Amino acid sequence: MKDWVRTPKFIIRLLLSLLLIIVFLAPFYWMFLSAFKTLDEVIAVPPKFWVDKLQWVNFQQAFTRINFMHYTKNSIIITAGTIIGQILVVVPAAYAFARYQFRGKGVLFGLVLFTMMIPGQLIFLPIFVMFAKTGLLNTYISLIVPFIASGMAIFMLRQTFMQIPDSILEAARLDNAGEFKIIRTIMLPMAIPTLSTLALLTFIGTWNSYFFPLAWTTTDAVRTLPLGVKKLQDAEGLNPHIVMAGNMMLILPVLIIFSFARKHIIKAFTYSGVK
Amino acid sequence: MSGSGTLRRFLPYLMVAPAVLILVTFYVYPIGYNVYLSFFSWNMRGPMKFIGLKNYTELFTSHDFTQTLMNTIWYTVMEVTLVIVLALLLALFLQKNTLVNRFIQTISFTPNIISLVSVSLIWMWLMNTDKGLFNYILSLFGGDAVGWLTDKRIALFSIVLVSVWKSVGFNVLIILSALGSIPPYLYEAAALDRASKRSVFFQITLKMISPTLFFLTLMNIISSFQAFETISVMTNGGPSNATNTLIFSIYKQSSEYYRVGYASAIAVVLMAIVGLITLVYFRVLNKRVHYR
Repeated sequence: MKDWVRTPKFIIRLLLSLLLIIVFLAPFYWMFLSAFKTLDEVIAVPPKFWVDKLQWVNFQQAFTRINFMHYTKNSIIITAGTIIGQILVVVPAAYAFARYQFRGKGVLFGLVLFTMMIPGQLIFLPIFVMFAKTGLLNTYISLIVPFIASGMAIFMLRQTFMQIPDSILEAARLDNAGEFKIIRTIMLPMAIPTLSTLALLTFIGTWNSYFFPLAWTTTDAVRTLPLGVKKLQDAEGLNPHIVMAGNMMLILPVLIIFSFARKHIIKAFTYSGVK
Repeated sequence: MSGSGTLRRFLPYLMVAPAVLILVTFYVYPIGYNVYLSFFSWNMRGPMKFIGLKNYTELFTSHDFTQTLMNTIWYTVMEVTLVIVLALLLALFLQKNTLVNRFIQTISFTPNIISLVSVSLIWMWLMNTDKGLFNYILSLFGGDAVGWLTDKRIALFSIVLVSVWKSVGFNVLIILSALGSIPPYLYEAAALDRASKRSVFFQITLKMISPTLFFLTLMNIISSFQAFETISVMTNGGPSNATNTLIFSIYKQSSEYYRVGYASAIAVVLMAIVGLITLVYFRVLNKRVHYR
């Protein structure tokens, strides 16, 4: 009796699960497949759902058709710069907000929370004008500095610093340890999990960023890989296999990191969403 | 001794100074500057000309702006409704912690960490009218080719679909974590009361996760207002303005037509809408907290 009741339900569940797997994986499979096809195969009707011979040459073509190294270099510089800059700016600020009492603290922290609520994209234009007037257009600085004082990063790190028990600090103070020594030897090591979470989120966000590198530049000088791959689409729209090959090279670094730090990244996103 | 005392007093300010300086320079000041610019006619090269509220009067009498505003509203309504409903259904479906469910959860989240440019390029290829996979599958069932991105009646919906595919997994994640934090004794009590499945769902499950759903609704509304990559990559605002949204028209007006003042006025309107929605959100949130 029980099995009889369960079977249809089980089959529905199975079918739904299969459908979901197809919905989320098929687009990736199609990109992967297209990237390894020849032009004839990629535009063939009916399409082929596998390839006989992997066309690695597509990647080489994508690589040379746009100046791939140039965009990759810019992406690496801007991503690394943002992560490093963020640590340098956010750590002291979060520490002061968590551990010191000072006049105006409430107002200043209110400012941090306020900026978390403004979507930065809405004010790209006045900032563009500011960059244009100060000669900062098409510089790495313009694509790094605005993002290193992230409100969310300050908020998350402040929580971490606040959770460190006072007793540990008191003990260190009794030992006559200076303030900077306390930060360096006690606070920072305890904040490393949060810092690595932030670094992961910043890496993903900056590597994928398209809007600001587009809106705040007028030449290719500091443009990043997503813009390069978009340019590939503009130039090679009739060659989907080459566009998909370029696209795969854009996705690959993020996917590699995701496969290594899957749990960590998912936890980081959950935290950033729940707060 | 007094030297180190002074240092101690100023140390906190020194530590927050870089962050505060950057936030003021790149958030607070630009908001004011944006409003200022919206009163001028300026093409970024010549002199700025003060024209008062002319940009705004032009805005509200322009047919293009009305269409752009309606597109933004439609886009937001479709995207938010689809994401929240689908994410809720998916989360309930995946609630049991099994291997298959964990796998589905992971793959549904994967699009979220990938560049929207990549996602757009993949879907653009899938939605290609002549050679795309979607129209091939449709043709197997005898359907006519659909102009997913070229038919002005459905292009906006196609863009919504891509965005939903990308962001549903993140919403599932947050809803699952809310479902997991419902105290089990509530369900045990309901079981003792022999409550029906339906009432358990509405009275306990939905009620307990409603603050999360409410929060996600706000998040999705605000991110819908910023949808840019999909439009820029897949349709460039077309066909005939059908996928042009407020944020995209700010970009277009400034970068292609060099109308800085006019674009700033659109930005002010968009900011006002976001501000209003955020305000309503916190109002409602406060009321509910008081009610309890």
